[in-house]
Amino acid sequence: MNTLKAVTGKALLCFLIFTVITGLLYPAVVTGISKTLFPYQAGGSLFEAGGKTYSALLGQEYKEMDHMWGRIMNVDTGSMTDDEGNPLMYGWASNKTPAGEELESLIAERVERIREAHPDQAGEPIPVDLVTCSGSGLDPEISVAAAEYQIGRLAEHTGRSEEEIGEIIDKYTTGRFLGVFGEARVNVLKVNLALDGVLED
Amino acid sequence: MTQTVLQYVLYLAVLVALAVPLGTYMGKVMNGERVFLTRLLAPCENLVYRMMGVDRDEQMSWKKYAASAVMFSVICFIGLFLILMCQGVLPLNPEELPGLSWHLAFNTAASFVTNTNWQAYSGEVTLSYLSQMAGLTVQNFVSASVGIAVLFALIRGFIKVKDKGIGSFWVDLTKTVLYIMLPLCLILAVGLVSQGVPQNFSEYKEAALLEPITADDGTVVTEQAVPLGPAASQVAPKQAGTNGGGYYGVNSAHPMENPTPFSNLLEMISLLLIPAALCFTFGRNIKDKKQGIAIFLAMFLMLCAFLAVTAVNEQLGTPQLSQNGAVNIENTPEQSGGNMEGKESRFGIAASSTWAVFTTAASNGSVNSMHDSYTPLGGLATMLQMQLGEVVFGGVGCGLYGMIGFAILTVFIAGLMVGRTPEYLGKKIEPFEMRMATLVCLATPLGILVGSGIAALIPEVAASLNNPGAHGFSELLYAYSSAGGNNGSAFAGFNANTPFLNTSIGLVMLFVRFLPMIATLAIAGSMAQKKKVAVSAGTLPTHNALFVFLLIFVVLLIGALSFFPALALGPVAEFFQMIS
Repeated sequence: MNTLKAVTGKALLCFLIFTVITGLLYPAVVTGISKTLFPYQAGGSLFEAGGKTYSALLGQEYKEMDHMWGRIMNVDTGSMTDDEGNPLMYGWASNKTPAGEELESLIAERVERIREAHPDQAGEPIPVDLVTCSGSGLDPEISVAAAEYQIGRLAEHTGRSEEEIGEIIDKYTTGRFLGVFGEARVNVLKVNLALDGVLED
Repeated sequence: MTQTVLQYVLYLAVLVALAVPLGTYMGKVMNGERVFLTRLLAPCENLVYRMMGVDRDEQMSWKKYAASAVMFSVICFIGLFLILMCQGVLPLNPEELPGLSWHLAFNTAASFVTNTNWQAYSGEVTLSYLSQMAGLTVQNFVSASVGIAVLFALIRGFIKVKDKGIGSFWVDLTKTVLYIMLPLCLILAVGLVSQGVPQNFSEYKEAALLEPITADDGTVVTEQAVPLGPAASQVAPKQAGTNGGGYYGVNSAHPMENPTPFSNLLEMISLLLIPAALCFTFGRNIKDKKQGIAIFLAMFLMLCAFLAVTAVNEQLGTPQLSQNGAVNIENTPEQSGGNMEGKESRFGIAASSTWAVFTTAASNGSVNSMHDSYTPLGGLATMLQMQLGEVVFGGVGCGLYGMIGFAILTVFIAGLMVGRTPEYLGKKIEPFEMRMATLVCLATPLGILVGSGIAALIPEVAASLNNPGAHGFSELLYAYSSAGGNNGSAFAGFNANTPFLNTSIGLVMLFVRFLPMIATLAIAGSMAQKKKVAVSAGTLPTHNALFVFLLIFVVLLIGALSFFPALALGPVAEFFQMIS
């Protein structure tokens, strides 16, 4: 019995000590270092453009003909609100099986819609990331193939030349890490802000 | 294509290159030898012992060691349960989120204390900063350290001769947290912030939408939510301690939890690093490096095989995706192609498949892509790794002690076949050790099959499924496999936040964590008391290719026999529907 009491006492002390060390001190130290070295990233990677605040990391849904389109979004306006209670946009994954009829017919509809908007690409297969939902539902990027697929439409609807649009895409393309890890991809929000003439440098 | 293959090879190479030195370092920490951090950390270590009243030279019996480990977990469970239930009235809650329901708090506490980190909720809409930090982050550290401590005790059991003690649980726990987890996580966390993982205490922010969205009720939404908080400091131990519980609901698929291929590399390597390194710690500290390498190779070969299955299937995609050629799923320099449903553009197929296989091997359970949207066979490989009992590296500490349980089973079976005396690392294997090893090896299959069997019989569980038919059954089986392997990943369409599922999945997690842990410590105690037997012609060598093969064979045999019927109803059935 005494042993049990002693063990329980030590367990309780141990829990408290490590709650202080790993639950309070450690996050505080990480916060301190991060805010000094990487204030922009630690604060959530928000940037100003044209008088508004945008997120460099979170994806949005684009449907306008003069904007580049991103991944398929599973938009949610019911989970998050701002301080005044107005709904905010958020996204989640679809969690659909890629071997099922439900996703098959959804993709068929997306193919239809995208083909209609891109008559210049008639007969060309559509890059797979344009017809699928991402893992987070908030993927801010698309593959280089998916960006290039849209150049013709963007040129027609923005009045810019295809070369100009190609340059904008190149500018907001990030290559693989060390040329090997991950994939090259294009930040859709930044391309669209550039197309709108909001982001210029 | 070469590029993609190179990526797979490099992921594995980086892992091994880092695991070897870390293994040596951890071996020194276990023995209390001097390391480069000793000067800095020894004063903190001594202070912790003084505050707790711990005798650092104590040699506990296995029963006392087990009682300490279990009692510590009980206290952690109660502490976490209370924090989660009461978060609504506690500080650091800028979003004013309410306390959790009793069953969700039970499930979450069980999940984090058992190093599972199954999540029936989404962090950003459920948990306060205090719960994330003083609740979950703490368990990310200590539940991992408990696993490593128990492994240390088992290793001592093999080293000691005619001795009763297997070390002090409190010393092992403290050393692991201070010398292994904290330094690793500090570096990792700052590295992650540099890539864009947030670390702050401010309330959630809003960002402008370029194109406003009209909600179902007609309201026009012009802004998106940017959930913030102390994320990086939680994500680091979540990865390094094979925990896996995401700060955000979609885990490391979220662009703020894992923003770039570099953050992905950091997180993905660290999730398998300690489990792989512990194999080398084991070999070093029993003074027979070849034994550690043999166990490492058995795990590594299985890992490579599972990786090949998942990678190939995800790259091939499905007929439903390719739509008779209307969709381009080819792998080209401009796109990764393949099954991109549920995968992020910055990761593509290679970084997603590697992560999926690493995380289910390591009992980590964090994800950077949605396993629910994997191809039938790609998803099968991830599920099977959990069903094997999380011994393909497995959880920190517990994966290796699980595998040593299988090694004991293997020498016994081999002994029966060829008439040799069953012994392992110079210690005779007798009926007591065999009974305990059986408990270690069979707890997972028992937990998974009984749990999912009961759940499949309950009608309202069907309402939790996100996909119909065979894939729906896979979602259910995956949930219990994840709990039964203390993994924590999910076919995330499955809505597990119901009283029955929260409770039953919570119970499975507790069962498969503590039964093997106690049995392992019993083996350690019994081994420590035995004398060393000299190697003779009758000894089955346990460091050669034959043994590696036998070990893999036994692991797969138990897994395949236990799970073939269930897998046939889920992913295998779905595969045949897909190609028909």
